Amino acid sequence: MQSNGTLLEARGLTAFYGDFQALFDIDFRIKRNETVAIIGSNGAGKSTLLKSIIGLVRAKAEAIYFDGKAIGGNPAYRIIAQGISMVPEGRRLFPSLSVEENLSIGAYSKRQGPWNLEAVYAVFPMLKEKHNVAATALSGGQQQMVAIGRALMANPRLLLCDEISLGLAPVIIKEIYAQLERITANGTTLIVVEQDIKQAMAVSDRVYCVREGRVVLEGRPPDLGREEITKAYFGM
Amino acid sequence: MDLVATVLDGILLGGLYALFASGLSLIFGVMRLVNTAHGDLIVLSAFIALVVTDRLGVHPLVSLVLVVPLMALLGYGLQRGIFNRTLGSDILPSVLVSFGLTVLLQNALLQIFSADSRRLQAGNLETLHIDLPGGMAVGVLPCLMFIVALIVIGGLQLLLYHTELGRAFRSVSDDQETAQLMGINNAHLFGLAMALSLAIVSVAGVFLGIRTNFDPSIGPTRLIFAFEAIIIGGLGDLWGTLVGGVILGVAQTLGARINPGYQILAGHLVFLAILTLRPQGFFAKLR
Repeated sequence: MQSNGTLLEARGLTAFYGDFQALFDIDFRIKRNETVAIIGSNGAGKSTLLKSIIGLVRAKAEAIYFDGKAIGGNPAYRIIAQGISMVPEGRRLFPSLSVEENLSIGAYSKRQGPWNLEAVYAVFPMLKEKHNVAATALSGGQQQMVAIGRALMANPRLLLCDEISLGLAPVIIKEIYAQLERITANGTTLIVVEQDIKQAMAVSDRVYCVREGRVVLEGRPPDLGREEITKAYFGM
Repeated sequence: MDLVATVLDGILLGGLYALFASGLSLIFGVMRLVNTAHGDLIVLSAFIALVVTDRLGVHPLVSLVLVVPLMALLGYGLQRGIFNRTLGSDILPSVLVSFGLTVLLQNALLQIFSADSRRLQAGNLETLHIDLPGGMAVGVLPCLMFIVALIVIGGLQLLLYHTELGRAFRSVSDDQETAQLMGINNAHLFGLAMALSLAIVSVAGVFLGIRTNFDPSIGPTRLIFAFEAIIIGGLGDLWGTLVGGVILGVAQTLGARINPGYQILAGHLVFLAILTLRPQGFFAKLR
């Protein structure tokens, strides 16, 4: 495989919650080492898209390919073992676990790679100071760092981040995205879901806009006009 | 002195109740499953021990070498085959299914072993005692049960707080969906939790069978004792469950001292009083 080859591909991806169809025929291709932002308003299907990739929402077998292998319909633990991990919306730290235990449980799949406790502490030194504290006692920004560190402990080739700037102060958001850039510099591919269009355009190589479960716009940030994005985002 | 001996008996009896309860507590903690068949599974393991001791001519405690892995295996199978399908946001399906299992187990045991009372023959272990100052004596069996309860609860505590498996149990208990994002196979982990629960159940069942007569109908009462110990101690705290078992045990032996017919009633009354005055139990984990 070439280093600029496709890492993740969706072909006609659909997703359902019971009878409700949340995703319609989604197609996309994500290259190795790329940072892709998925934008869209509330309820557009962004989170569902990430959940389908990681196996929390069931997809058809042939709908998702990771590194050339069909992974759709696989349970999450199999997909994670192959090198995808996710920072869920709202951080979802385990309240009964300390900071260090939250990080350690991220390595449950035992995937080998550069990330371990020491490496995470090197990126977020503050977490080392608070390693024994209950994770939910931290500030929002620190909790987000734990959530990112926990996902890194699985040594992903593809990292999915769902709304990591939600509810955080702008200065913290800037810091977290700066760290993400450093983290992905070693070759990790990144998909971020963002409601903040500006933020998404600033950090990504490519943007997909999702509305009502469909991809309505795709392109490189410099090529996309403001009006075009607004139209795709709001559908007017 | 008589009173002291009665209280001491009650404390040691609490060890058995804690053994009844800790497996039930573990299951509820890990997957919010209320296993109403827990008491009947205790009785089932006593019957399995009966068969093993009969066929192989071994001491009931030695039979544990076979009964523990058998019950653990049964637990894993039950969880993967049946209980996992009942779990979800609604707690009712699991209650109904485990209630169905209660009916099934009781009738199957009745069919195979009849309604006769049985006992596991443990030789002189039943009568051995240690003399204490003041003319008191304490049975070796109750002491052994209490020590085993301490070991089981201490071991569970170690497992939960100092091993990777325990960390996985706690994270699934916190948030099942996010646990999947860690690469945990929840269905398998629940199977392991039930296996562990029934391994403890089998120890409880063998002690029950040595200590008293048993027949296929006595499961539900053991379930109630287990529930009471858990509630008195406070949900989610295993040492609390031991204390709950002890309080229940002491209430029962004191009740029996007043009038043998009051034994069970006294336990229930204390439980009721605690439920009224301190419904969260003594050591409730704040969640």
